[in-house]
Amino acid sequence: MSLIRTAAFLAATALTAVAAPAMAQTEIQWWHAMTGANNDVINKLAEDFNASQKDYKVVVSYKGSYADTMNAGIAAYRAGNAPHIMQVFEVGTASMMAAGKAIKPVHELMKEAGEAFDPASYLPSVAGYYSTVKGEMLSFPFNSSSAVMWYNKDAFAKAGLNPDAPPATWPEVFEAAKKLQGAGYASCGFSTAWITWVNIEQFSIWHNIPIGTKANGIDGFDTEFKINSPVHVRHWANLAELQKTKTFDYSGRTNTGEGRFTAGECPIFLTSSAFLGNVRANAKFAWANAPMPYYPDVAGAPQNSTLGGASLWVMGGKAANEYKGVAKFFTFLSDTDRQAKLHTESGYLPITKAAYEKVKASGYYKDNPYNETPLKELTNKPPTENSRGLRFGNLVQIRDIWAEEVEEVLTGKKTPQAGADAMVSRGNAVLRQFERTVSR
Amino acid sequence: MDKRTVFSGYAIPAALLLPQLLITVIFFYLPAGQAVWQSFQLEDAFGTSRQFVGFENYQILFSKPEYFKAMGVTLVFSSAVAFLSLSISLLLATMANKHIRGAGAYKTLLIWPYAVAPAVAGVLWLFMFQPSLGMVAQLLKRWGIDWNPLLNGNHALMLIILAATWKQISYNFLFFLAGLQSIPHSLIEAAAIDGARPVRRFWTVIFPLLSPTTFFLLVVNITYVFFDTFGIIDAVTGGGPAASTTTLVFKVYHDGKSGGDLGLSAAQSVILMVIVVALTAIQFRYIERKVNY
Repeated sequence: MSLIRTAAFLAATALTAVAAPAMAQTEIQWWHAMTGANNDVINKLAEDFNASQKDYKVVVSYKGSYADTMNAGIAAYRAGNAPHIMQVFEVGTASMMAAGKAIKPVHELMKEAGEAFDPASYLPSVAGYYSTVKGEMLSFPFNSSSAVMWYNKDAFAKAGLNPDAPPATWPEVFEAAKKLQGAGYASCGFSTAWITWVNIEQFSIWHNIPIGTKANGIDGFDTEFKINSPVHVRHWANLAELQKTKTFDYSGRTNTGEGRFTAGECPIFLTSSAFLGNVRANAKFAWANAPMPYYPDVAGAPQNSTLGGASLWVMGGKAANEYKGVAKFFTFLSDTDRQAKLHTESGYLPITKAAYEKVKASGYYKDNPYNETPLKELTNKPPTENSRGLRFGNLVQIRDIWAEEVEEVLTGKKTPQAGADAMVSRGNAVLRQFERTVSR
Repeated sequence: MDKRTVFSGYAIPAALLLPQLLITVIFFYLPAGQAVWQSFQLEDAFGTSRQFVGFENYQILFSKPEYFKAMGVTLVFSSAVAFLSLSISLLLATMANKHIRGAGAYKTLLIWPYAVAPAVAGVLWLFMFQPSLGMVAQLLKRWGIDWNPLLNGNHALMLIILAATWKQISYNFLFFLAGLQSIPHSLIEAAAIDGARPVRRFWTVIFPLLSPTTFFLLVVNITYVFFDTFGIIDAVTGGGPAASTTTLVFKVYHDGKSGGDLGLSAAQSVILMVIVVALTAIQFRYIERKVNY
């Protein structure tokens, strides 16, 4: 009897001894929106971090699409149980920046936690997007991409086009698309995903024309849209005309139409550079990507492109030791080797200069030039007032409004000018409402 | 012969009523009151700042042509769904009520769709009708129909009407079938002996006797299309193209969720609540008179 009791006692103490350090671990909640191959990348990062030290444990949870994740985070904050780290897409940046005490700026976090942190070691085109005008980094850049033009090399050969000389300008794209239609791609000469991101946001920045005043909203919330310029209207007029013959064929507001490229239906498709993983896995033809096309008569085009993707926001109101863990995790993420690996595996851009240089030096881009296209676009020219980036409140909602107007224009229910004017006036109404709710 | 139970004092009746009252207050009056209160506020998405703006949200709403467009879409959508789902399920119920081989299996299959979540039902229909990959869309294209719900508003509206109808048919079917089975067989036989053919028997005997069920289902279906269909719309069309499938309830959901404008969203839900209460009142006041219990 006493033997059993001793054994039980020993077992119990042994268990507590094992459990004790686990109890002392601080949990860090990380909400994200990554699916497929990129979801595996996130799980692996958390696992590696948890194995690398004993004090903190990063717990990841998938919360649906980018918009869903952001809304879940906002709702959780209102209910008082926000995660520590929340992945927010670039569209939500302005809303997050204006969130006041709901967020913890990354530069503050790193300083308070005493982590080594040099903002200059991050790629300026990436870090600048998530920093204040003064250069203070507010959120941690995680997965960044840009818009590129994907094309089907086999289709080009079939249509008598040179597969190694993709069209560089919009008029050339239109011509190529017409030829491709004649070569068996009748239902779709070319198309784009993310209709407004590609054809309004990236389009404006690539042509060095303003999306809005105040440096596209970066210099103040009292910004107004400028997207009814002659260049914008001409682009919509072209797309609406080509939609009639399906030389251009609309593929919806988000990226759900991307399958039309990999299935071989649309031989030219403009979308994110992070489409790479899917193209690699699913395209049963020779493919490549190229920089976005431009109108050659627009002075200064092509300028540079801007970011897509997401960054990691730290939510406000958490304990100091939890913030310390978050800071440690960010330092872990910034590691050069880790960044280089992330970049080549996921198709997202490296975020530190050292990682970019390392991949470059390894000769990786010679065999995989398509991985460098977005980087070349982002750094094509030094950014101007019009091309530094963009920061509009409630852009998620504004994009839907813009898409509604695009759909009116593409079906001929509105003229391109009337559609573009409505995008401006309806968009401005949302901006004014946002300006009023921002408490500063 | 008075069957009424008489309680002495108020304690027991109050205790018996309490659970139901609590549920009604917690799950209906409190949220509804909150919505009314929120509709007078202007608030940022995180709830860090808040100000009272009176009727401004309502003013904004009624100054926008998009809101009236959504009302029009709702009218078409809700009448189409209510009419189609009621008539198709009545037809199916009369068929299933006959003595046929395997009637049980048919009944079970017809009831199944009700267990499918709205968003999932939406995705199923999306797969079938997706312009470049969907099987039905491919078939339509082969017949020379340029099927494109991404740009053609009528196609998109048809698609969500089909999906929302399909989802509701099982529920209606179940009630119609129960209603049909409770009609005394002798009445139908008597009509048959008098020489009434099946169609005439249906319209003069069965349909009037079924009217309590039909009326109940009408109220339930109107509530369903007004409140319960945003999941389907969100999954299938996202309100597009060009807002041609944006109904009132979808707008409530969308402006509040992706727009983060809770005040405006709350104002819309208050208006929607008023509309549905009015509709139900009208139904009880005028249509119920024609119901034979």
